[in-house]
Amino acid sequence: MAEAALSATEAKTRRSLISGNALPIAIFLLFALVPLFAAFRAEAYVLSLVTRVMIFAIAALALDLLIGYGALVSFGHAAFIGLGAYAIGILASHGINDALISLPAALALSGLFALATGIVCLRTKGVYFIMITLAFGQMAYFTASSLAPYGGDDGLTVRMRSTFAGLPVFANDRALYYICLLALLGAYLLCRTLVASRFGRVYRGARENPLRMGTIGFDVYRFQLVAYVISGMLGGLSGFLLANAAEFVSPAYMSWQRSGELLIMVIFGGIGTLNGAIIGAAAFLLTEEWLSGITEHWKVIFGPLLVVVALFARGGLIGVAERLRRMVRG
Amino acid sequence: MAEAVLRIQNLTKNFGGLRVTDGVTLDVMPGELHAVIGPNGAGKTTLINQISGLLAPDAGTILFAGEDVTTMPVAGRAQRGLARSFQITSILPRFSVLENVALAVQARRGTSFRFFGHAADEEELNAPAMAALAQVGLAERADAPAGELSHGEKRALELAIALAMEPKLLLLDEPMAGTGHDESERLVAVLRSLKGRFPMVLVEHDMTAVFALADRISVLIYGRILASGPPAQVRADPQVVTAYLGEEME
Repeated sequence: MAEAALSATEAKTRRSLISGNALPIAIFLLFALVPLFAAFRAEAYVLSLVTRVMIFAIAALALDLLIGYGALVSFGHAAFIGLGAYAIGILASHGINDALISLPAALALSGLFALATGIVCLRTKGVYFIMITLAFGQMAYFTASSLAPYGGDDGLTVRMRSTFAGLPVFANDRALYYICLLALLGAYLLCRTLVASRFGRVYRGARENPLRMGTIGFDVYRFQLVAYVISGMLGGLSGFLLANAAEFVSPAYMSWQRSGELLIMVIFGGIGTLNGAIIGAAAFLLTEEWLSGITEHWKVIFGPLLVVVALFARGGLIGVAERLRRMVRG
Repeated sequence: MAEAVLRIQNLTKNFGGLRVTDGVTLDVMPGELHAVIGPNGAGKTTLINQISGLLAPDAGTILFAGEDVTTMPVAGRAQRGLARSFQITSILPRFSVLENVALAVQARRGTSFRFFGHAADEEELNAPAMAALAQVGLAERADAPAGELSHGEKRALELAIALAMEPKLLLLDEPMAGTGHDESERLVAVLRSLKGRFPMVLVEHDMTAVFALADRISVLIYGRILASGPPAQVRADPQVVTAYLGEEME
């Protein structure tokens, strides 16, 4: 009896952290206020670092949509970032800089790649899905490496950031920062709306029990394919912003190590929560930045740290916060 | 004569060298409760799986509501009103009881490629779902996570999901499997209330329930229909008694 009551309150607090509004409001307020604090110290450095955090948070959100809500563990998600970035780089090298053209191009390219590969990948399950997404990711990586006219292995410098309808709105670092914040907010709201919608309910149901979903009349493959394309396009959006922030495009954006880092971000933050993906991206990149400032052998510290998180922080950082909260409340 | 809802002809299925469905011919008339009984391993679940589309037969045809569905995928048959329950409970454990049923309603009402709006708050889906839950006596448990239901309640939930699909035919694969005495009595009462409103194929081991509910009984032994007819006739069939009922009745 007492146990039942406990699990009921557990369900309630869980609901409040995952679908409640307090945490995301705090996250986005913090992002919004960073430039004000940055004005006092090392502005350019702080802005570019946190801009990077937000850009990768968009990609992590996209991945969480697949892993956390569809149990589709994609190990090739960096490819979509790279495709979005290359769309900007290649268009820019031909003198096309306007976001009105390059953003739709980035989204279309990543969306089409997701559609074409998703048709194949989604016919497999579990480990095979991981392997085949990895294979497609590597295919994109090697294709980019062999693009000799666009820098090949060395990548390609984006000489000018995107304009919007001719206006240089991306040129200023602070403006770029807020554009990324808006994009992240949009991506977050989109994902949250999606998973609660009719579509999202079928998609989540397919993770729980595809057999049952089929026998009530849903062809779950179609729902998973649409989610895969949406996730891929969000990856493309992240790539579009990354190319503008870094003013550089490289095949390394698509490497399998990058896909692995995205997975770590999502798992680190807590899968299936969306908030966790943002927190995970921030925690990963800031820890990396911090440790690499201490020693050049920072991976020696970072590796074991990840092992500790994997072992002891079930549910990621969100899960830890949840347990702490429960302890404080008795 | 009225058109049969389900008409199976010469259905045959082999698992390797083993013939698990052997030329089965069977039909279900509107409003009829057609029970399929037989010993373990007779191929009852295999037969249900072929009707619902989870397994493809090697030969034979399945006509559902006048349409040949022999090669149609599972989801397509479900959309046409073929609803089934599973012998081993198949629900969405982390969804609420209500959402389990509301999803079945959603499958029949409008498009599910709707990306905005909170599906869990749609009265258009929740009201019919609550009605289906009330029919099986689960209305009070609507908000509980489905995974936390008792075994008997999960069996009732399976029924509610099937009902919410506005089915033209119910395929019930041992709906009473593993339930206690009280729970199984409650489920029999539910089935009795559904009898006549929906045509049903009932696979069940509980002979008391089968003989009380069925309009017609087919006895399946080694994948083959041994006898088929009204309960009284089947009960009196000497072949059936030797092959199956003899042991069950003791």
